[in-house]
Amino acid sequence: MNRRQSLPSPLRNLLVIAALFALSTGAKAAELLNISYDPTREFYTEYNAGFAKYWKAKSGQEVTVQQSHGGSGKQARAVIDGLEADVVTLALANDIDAIAQNGLLPTDWQARFPNNSAPYTSTIVFLVRKGNPRGIKDWNDLVQPGIAVITPNPKTSGGARWNYLAAWAYAEQTLGKDKAKEFVGKLYKNVPVLDSGARGSTTTFVQRGMGDVLIAWENEAYLALKEFGADKFEIVTPSLSILAEPPVAVVESVAIRHGTLALAQAYLRYLYSQEGQEIAGKHFYRPRDPKAAAKYAGQFGNVTLVTIDDIFGGWKKAQTTHFADGGVFDQIYAR
Amino acid sequence: MRRILPGFPLTLGFSVVYLTLIVLIPFAALAAKAFSGSWLHLWAVVTSPRVVASYELSFGAALAASLINGLFGFITAWVLTRYRFPGRRILDGLVDLPFALPTAVAGIALTALYAPNGWVGALLAKIGITAAFNRLGIVLALVFIGFPFVVRTLQPVLVALSEEVEEAAALLGATRLQTFRRVIFPAALPALLTGIALSFGRAVGEYGSIVFISGNIPYKTEITPLLIVSKLEEYDYQGAAGIGLVMLLASLGILALINTVQWWNARRIHPAH
Repeated sequence: MNRRQSLPSPLRNLLVIAALFALSTGAKAAELLNISYDPTREFYTEYNAGFAKYWKAKSGQEVTVQQSHGGSGKQARAVIDGLEADVVTLALANDIDAIAQNGLLPTDWQARFPNNSAPYTSTIVFLVRKGNPRGIKDWNDLVQPGIAVITPNPKTSGGARWNYLAAWAYAEQTLGKDKAKEFVGKLYKNVPVLDSGARGSTTTFVQRGMGDVLIAWENEAYLALKEFGADKFEIVTPSLSILAEPPVAVVESVAIRHGTLALAQAYLRYLYSQEGQEIAGKHFYRPRDPKAAAKYAGQFGNVTLVTIDDIFGGWKKAQTTHFADGGVFDQIYAR
Repeated sequence: MRRILPGFPLTLGFSVVYLTLIVLIPFAALAAKAFSGSWLHLWAVVTSPRVVASYELSFGAALAASLINGLFGFITAWVLTRYRFPGRRILDGLVDLPFALPTAVAGIALTALYAPNGWVGALLAKIGITAAFNRLGIVLALVFIGFPFVVRTLQPVLVALSEEVEEAAALLGATRLQTFRRVIFPAALPALLTGIALSFGRAVGEYGSIVFISGNIPYKTEITPLLIVSKLEEYDYQGAAGIGLVMLLASLGILALINTVQWWNARRIHPAH
């Protein structure tokens, strides 16, 4: 029905890859395709250059890494539908689980790399207007009447699920388990615009001037601050937030077919190296490596981080309880 | 009957094969996907209160927008065909702009314009009207994308309707209003209805430009295509296909209704056929 849409992204990705294959016939250089989510664009651009240099020095082989970015769930579906990714670096373990359920990689993928296969972490913070005119300090300020909160729809955005779970974790830890649903319900009553993706919410808050506070990935918030000016916005770090662990995995069935399995594994392992960790820190992700973490600790606010395993019993459970059809999020909006 | 140009079997065969490949097979795949799992699940998805609320919004807003387009599209088409004035060709070209613009670009532009801090939005806010992130915003965007359909279907009909007909009506004693109501309007009505139907069909399925301006609040400003995307995001391919199928059937029903009205109207005017 919608005849004037641009090419859907999986199709576009396929065309890009087809073009790349056409160009690369005969060349000896190895190629990797990294399918990632939205806010990692700048990070992986720098990391890919660093890895290519490292790999050339180590093995003498040239390597080019192609990257593709989009909503995490959309990217996962593209891989399931046949986009030939050698590695995936997505926002949620749930999305890689979905790929694994389709048999493209082993179901125990999360045990293949250290730290639950999440080489860097992030968390959820607030972006407020300069001078913090509404005096927002913590999660409980977001449920006050008259505060407009901007956050995307957890049904369509992976990042929005972290936002939701962070608010829930705060309520459960400070108010008690039975108060969490009411708290999160009140928070979403304060949301005037529920964008379909995280970048959309940032635009609504920053460009359209909607809302008093934007709930965002920490690295997105710092990027927004860098891009749109520290004279217009400031970051508020809440007392408690969730440890977001964006995971990585080799899509083994594809990599084996491409003959790039060893290279793909080296590519992801290098994320844990000193240099990989440094680049992550530079792009406002929290490094796992203690040395790099200490170096970049100064740029982040102090926050108590809880994990999804502690509070929600893992992604699978959180997904079915909260975001599945008829789950808690749907109940919050039920009439 | 003998024809001057041969080739009827060949072109008919080609048309049938082509329509099957381009239209029928995708529709069949959609239906197959919708019925691929539990029918109970399918029914639960397409009748859930939130999805039903979105049907009301999507079809209601599309209807409102296409009727607005019918009125203003008629006036625009009339001006462009009946009068000669400087800048007419530029104005005529502008009509196609919504066709040419990618819908996402249109959505972002309209949101920037109508948001409370945008040019138009700020003016409207002064008189207490909010035109973005609510239902009014959705209708505005749908008016924008559907407008060319009405103008472009009406133009050839109005050109063919020569001015002598108006003169004849006047000479035979018709008042101005009668001339319009009894002579011009009936002749233009079939094309107008087609234009409104096309504009409606386009608006029902519109996604790209709406998600930016609607606010996407469940039960209030959540359009059906957004719920299809939500279902895909949950990896519920069956539910997504089911909602798509409901929209398709509803649209087909409405198009059939409009065709019936056309047919009835044609019989009324030319009873001989």
